[in-house]
Amino acid sequence: MLDFAWMADHLDELASRTLQHIELAAIAVAVGLLISFGLAVLAVRRRATYGPILAATDILYTIPSLALFVVLVTVTGISLLTVEIPLVLYTLVIFVRNIAAGFDSIPAEVLEAAQGLGYTAQQRLWRVEVPLAVPLILAGVRLATVSTIALVTVTAVLGDSFGGLGFFILEGYRRSFPTELYFGAVPSVVLALLADYLLARLQRRLTPWLSGDRPRGEAPRIPDWI
Amino acid sequence: MDLIARAAQWLTDPVHWAGPNGITARMLEHVGLSAVSLLIAIVIALPIGLWIGHTGRFAWLAVNSANLWRALPSLALIAIVLPITAALDPQAGFKVYPTVVAMVVLAVPPIMVNAQAGVTGVERDIVEAGRGQGMSEGQILTRIELPLALPVLVAGIRSAAIQIVATATLGAILGFGGLGRYLVEGFATFSLGGDAQVVAGAILVAALVIVVEAAFAIAQHLMTPSALRRQRSKSAAGA
Repeated sequence: MLDFAWMADHLDELASRTLQHIELAAIAVAVGLLISFGLAVLAVRRRATYGPILAATDILYTIPSLALFVVLVTVTGISLLTVEIPLVLYTLVIFVRNIAAGFDSIPAEVLEAAQGLGYTAQQRLWRVEVPLAVPLILAGVRLATVSTIALVTVTAVLGDSFGGLGFFILEGYRRSFPTELYFGAVPSVVLALLADYLLARLQRRLTPWLSGDRPRGEAPRIPDWI
Repeated sequence: MDLIARAAQWLTDPVHWAGPNGITARMLEHVGLSAVSLLIAIVIALPIGLWIGHTGRFAWLAVNSANLWRALPSLALIAIVLPITAALDPQAGFKVYPTVVAMVVLAVPPIMVNAQAGVTGVERDIVEAGRGQGMSEGQILTRIELPLALPVLVAGIRSAAIQIVATATLGAILGFGGLGRYLVEGFATFSLGGDAQVVAGAILVAALVIVVEAAFAIAQHLMTPSALRRQRSKSAAGA
């Protein structure tokens, strides 16, 4: 049923489409993280904006992706912007929630201590709040990356110059050629799962104190009941 | 502005409401298949989630499936099912089944995870009190845990429903009907006036999402036990 010779012939294209897939996702995650960071700081500093900001990102998330992509074509044409704007918008709900939760998880005493040491708001943000929010920010990066990779396939509807691995899915469908359908579908699932796995490892690496395993040779942790 | 006017014109043209490709038929198709998929997903996910939450066993399964869920590209999922159903039933295979299968698969994890989380979140003291009164495990589940878990549970069904509506829209790319058809067809004839159809289709999809959201917001409110509602407004006032 599957045409393996065809697959072997198209490995180059598979590599370049995979690369494109990663590129399109990476841009969206990076831009989404930057915008969300600003929004989360605003939400935490000005409490009145907290609810509306979260609600707005929530609403954006419920818009079906296909609708958002094709409607944007009426504004930005068929361009990289049309691909990236929805991808970025869908990351906001994950990032803003996680970053704001990260800031909120910091005990008030810690913030007061920073203030007592004479930190300005700016210094406190970068030296105290951001480092302490890292675990939740990282969790957000992992979630956002994985769901963006899943979404990139849809951008194939915008034409052959986009879509990453989704390109094969659409072309395979147009040609009623199951081999090509699978050539796009299976790698895009694998890519998302692989990204999830790698980011989970990175997460453990950067925040070792959160996972149960500790570096060898270190003293055992004191049990909670002492 | 001209585009919005043309989209409004497209939407109000009675020709576009009648027939097998009419808005009425497409909307019914979209809503009907979404509802069926949601029901199937609930039947599968709810017992598993409640059982995991009640017994505390296999909790890792719920967590991992939630992660997996985020990673699954819906379009790829439909594409993987498509050749299989097409081989089984060439008549219907390319149309409906692949998308329905994807809709069910994507709806199971949020329902299961929230059912589990809802039950796990019930205070153990309350459960122990029930046990002390001689309630059976089944009674504890249906009379204590389930009612208290309902708000969280309904939130899970809500996100599943939103996911299903979006996936049904996406299915139009690979031959599924529903409202997504207007987006796909409009896009194919974009420069020939299809852009109005795209905007009209997006308005219809957005309207459907809003109705679904509103329905679940109301359901969630109604299903929250009144004691919980009071407790929540009290703690909100105290904060």
